[in-house]
Amino acid sequence: MPEMHWLNADMNDDTSRPVAGGKNSAQNLRFVREEFLAEEPAPVSTVGISGWMRINLFSSPLNIILTAFSLYLVWLIVPPVIEWAFINAIWEGEDRNACLVDNAGACWAFIDAKFGQIIYGRYTIDERWRVDLVYLIGAGALIPLLFEKMPGRRYLALFLILIYPVFAFVLLTGGNFGLPHVETALWGGLLVTLVVAVVGIVASLPLGILLALGRRSDMPVVRMFCIGFIELWRGVPLITVLFMASVMLPLFLPEGVNFDKLIRVLIGVALFSSAYMAEVVRGGLQAIPRGQYEAAHALGLSYWQSMGFIILPQALRMVIPGIVNTFIGLFKDTTLVLIVGLFDLLGIIQLNFTDPNWSTPQTAATGYAFAGLIFWAFCFGMSRYSIRVENKLNEGTRRA
Amino acid sequence: MKFRYLMTAFLGASCFASAAMAATLEDVKSKGYVQCGVSQGLPGFSNPDDAGDWQGIDVDVCRAVAAAIFGDADKVKYTPLSAKERFTALQSGEVDLLSRNTTWTATRDTALGLDFTGVNYYDGQGFLVRRSLGIKSALELNGAAVCTNTGTTTELNVADYFRANDMEYEVVAFEKADEVVAAYDAGRCDVYTTDQSALYANRLKMENADEHVVLPEIISKEPLGPVVRQGDDQWADIVAWSLHAMVNAEELGVSSANIADMRKSTNPAIRRLLGIEGTFGENLGVSNMWADHIVSQVGNYGESFDRNVGKDSPLEITRGLNALWSNGGIMYAPPIR
Amino acid sequence: MFFQALVLGSFGLFVWFIVDNTITNLEKQNIASGFDFMSTTAGFGIVQSLIDYSEEASYGRAFLVALLNTLLVSALGIFFATIIGFLIGIARLSPNWLLSRLAAVYIETFRNIPLLLQILFWYIAVLSNLPGPRNSLMLWGDAGALNSRGLYLPAPVPQDGAGFVVAALLVAVAIIFGLRHWARRRQLETGQQFPLFRVGCGILISLPLVVLLLTGIPYTAEIPELRGFNYRGGIRLIPELMALVIALAIYTAAFIAEIVRAGIQSVSWGQSEAAMALGLRPGVTLRLIIIPQAMRVIIPPLTSQYLNLTKNSSLAAAMAYPELTSVFAGTVLNQTGQAIEVLGITMAVYLSISLLTSLAMNWYNARNALVER
Repeated sequence: MPEMHWLNADMNDDTSRPVAGGKNSAQNLRFVREEFLAEEPAPVSTVGISGWMRINLFSSPLNIILTAFSLYLVWLIVPPVIEWAFINAIWEGEDRNACLVDNAGACWAFIDAKFGQIIYGRYTIDERWRVDLVYLIGAGALIPLLFEKMPGRRYLALFLILIYPVFAFVLLTGGNFGLPHVETALWGGLLVTLVVAVVGIVASLPLGILLALGRRSDMPVVRMFCIGFIELWRGVPLITVLFMASVMLPLFLPEGVNFDKLIRVLIGVALFSSAYMAEVVRGGLQAIPRGQYEAAHALGLSYWQSMGFIILPQALRMVIPGIVNTFIGLFKDTTLVLIVGLFDLLGIIQLNFTDPNWSTPQTAATGYAFAGLIFWAFCFGMSRYSIRVENKLNEGTRRA
Repeated sequence: MKFRYLMTAFLGASCFASAAMAATLEDVKSKGYVQCGVSQGLPGFSNPDDAGDWQGIDVDVCRAVAAAIFGDADKVKYTPLSAKERFTALQSGEVDLLSRNTTWTATRDTALGLDFTGVNYYDGQGFLVRRSLGIKSALELNGAAVCTNTGTTTELNVADYFRANDMEYEVVAFEKADEVVAAYDAGRCDVYTTDQSALYANRLKMENADEHVVLPEIISKEPLGPVVRQGDDQWADIVAWSLHAMVNAEELGVSSANIADMRKSTNPAIRRLLGIEGTFGENLGVSNMWADHIVSQVGNYGESFDRNVGKDSPLEITRGLNALWSNGGIMYAPPIR
Repeated sequence: MFFQALVLGSFGLFVWFIVDNTITNLEKQNIASGFDFMSTTAGFGIVQSLIDYSEEASYGRAFLVALLNTLLVSALGIFFATIIGFLIGIARLSPNWLLSRLAAVYIETFRNIPLLLQILFWYIAVLSNLPGPRNSLMLWGDAGALNSRGLYLPAPVPQDGAGFVVAALLVAVAIIFGLRHWARRRQLETGQQFPLFRVGCGILISLPLVVLLLTGIPYTAEIPELRGFNYRGGIRLIPELMALVIALAIYTAAFIAEIVRAGIQSVSWGQSEAAMALGLRPGVTLRLIIIPQAMRVIIPPLTSQYLNLTKNSSLAAAMAYPELTSVFAGTVLNQTGQAIEVLGITMAVYLSISLLTSLAMNWYNARNALVER
């Protein structure tokens, strides 16, 4: 309490002490307050909405100009978007005639009509429950995993990494257990987007860890090999990798062996993202204090033991945000598969632009808006999650 | 070498790998279906209908081959391919047969390890413009912006044509046919150029098909036909003769409608075609009933043409060059004897 | 040692496996190989080229055209992305709540939507919907035009005497360099400062301007006009280029904004307080204390964003902008059928660009590393 402090200082200062009565006694110091003043309310200009606005919006002439400018921007963007997306939008209709009215906004009827394709591609209609089941189980296992306090997280994670991919693979491709085979050429839409992104990240994690360990290895051959591999993939655009996978890979294999196009693309994506994953993991390895390595060594653990039990568990935990960010990047990059002729979410929407039954001036904008919304929701959600994990990790280190 | 077989065996174990031996026929028979490379959607040639079944004159070639081998035209699986992927897909064995409106050229036949087995559509490159421009001839196109596909002969032909006629132009080339159509329809270009049949087909995809006209000029020869890998003569023969059988059937007046009567015909040419006389099917490595299966399940060439691109289809293309040689066209098949 | 030999051995085997297969495949299928195709006639047209190009030119020439187009779109993208990114990044830190929120919305929107989607959106949903050439939107009277075929601007055509203006510009630059040298030395010797920035700008603008007026403005404007199907003359930006630059700039700017924000925030508040205690004015504090320290943090990730932008320009393959991936790895690959050679060259080009940038970055980092006690 500053006032008290100053008061005491004054009282200790003999020379400046004012003398009120003849005798020097505390009771005689009449102007020393014995009780505190009632707290004044804060100045009107700093409280309430108006105070908040004064501080945050109108504190200086420049600030006022910026506020005005921002308001102008908002006015310029928000009303037309709302008008286009909601007020003038067409929600229902059988074909393009519904959306050909004057001053039409978004043609959501188009999305409604094509919704099945957007989610499943051309997956056989009677078999779509299989895709739903895969989605459902995946979501059911993944969502509890995101909460730190959930019991049995470890088993869920093991299930997701080991059993789920096999299960999803068997269910989606079919061909046994009495399920009819569904060729990957029929897959499309969100299904392909998710398959490419998830397989890409799951396959790239072990590869990336190996590459990161190799890059920090003492063995020059291994190190050079890993550096070369990582820099090669990081130096070229994904699209050339996909071209390579779709056009060159068949020439690399022995005659008579060839892979499904989706598999070829997956191989390309996995190799590409493993290079990025390696750099993320390397960041984590570098952040582990030397003492940990030395301690593991002193305990007599072998290289793989010390990595597996001491270093990697710590390092991987530390790079979860980095992994999530890589995943976000990969998720966005899955759209590139449309250039090599797979129909992912964006590809299938774009394919439907040429349907003469639905060609209207608003079809393209509506399709892109919808695709954008889905991608945005996924990516934004994941980025929030990664920020949350990051903060939590920082808390831990701060306490220690 | 051992290592290679080891790797092959390893990769072969993966359920996605399939073998494409030199003897394509054996391979196809053991798989139980023909893997056929088609376009990514060109109405009239190869296009999935609303139910997802592939239709078109190119698809009929695939079906004819399947009918010849299995006696069942439905034993085909389709792989949609872009212009860029089509040759690699065939070279690598991903497809057994490429029937994807592909122009027969010297380079493709000789330098790419491919074999063209015949022509199922004689085409030529044309121009599509907006009716409102009031253009009557391609020679009025000086200074126009031209939309086309990359990686096709059309891209080269249009360059030759404008150069030969000393006209300026601007080429805007896209990877996929749909992108070209969309760009032209949106007004990015004045002209859309590709094979004339495809112009008619893609016109149907435009917002208002009636607003566009195909100009009369044809600036190139585009014989379109099925392609196989080089070096498997038996397989090439099967594909070639499946097509010949359809043309011969039309010439002999045998169609899917009258085939039951025709089996009783005394005309020796028809009897040979339908496998009643001779062992032409066995010589080919398939059943003697091969042409019978083709005609009864797929139809003769004329039926296929009319159904997919001709008078019974939305494309309404006239027979023109594709009429039989006896009717003023150049469609001519070697005799079965 | 044994393990290393094993790795080397299996890598060698793997390479041999692939090379052997490829050679067998190429031979068996009679596919041409080698780089001879680079000198054969290309035969196709390219919509935009910075150097002379015609259908008679070789594939090698087409490669060069494509490479230059890649560099052009990257340079334009980097230029605009930097400007937008810095503005948004600073706005994000603004004390003005509304402005900072808007900047946050911008960042979160554009960096969470795939770039390809943004490119296609601008190209197909926005630029394709512009009116045709005959109903163009006219700019500045009739001087420029905007339509579905692109943006047409008047081009300055130098006349006699234009050389003097260019010379004046060069002289001005030389004077500024001399002035900088002199001002530095004077400051070291006497401590007196010289308002170099203001004087320099003055010289840079006024000297060429004076010469321009003295020589009677030796430029005429070539105004684009509608002839036949399209506008001719003037400077033209094709819609593919515009869509690509707009999308690349907006997308990358969102990332740059975050880098700028982090960079400025990394300079601790104590630095500003210390500067204030020394009596430095806010402008000087910003210029001499905060920016140099922030730049040290900003530049490395900024470069990697520039590199990403360059690599992302390959997404033009989804449209018709004639850059390296779409012309060379697209058209040329299709026409020659030599996938291995063409893709190899394409990847090598991108790889070299990124390795050269990394080298430059390492050099910069070494030079600017904090010298610690």
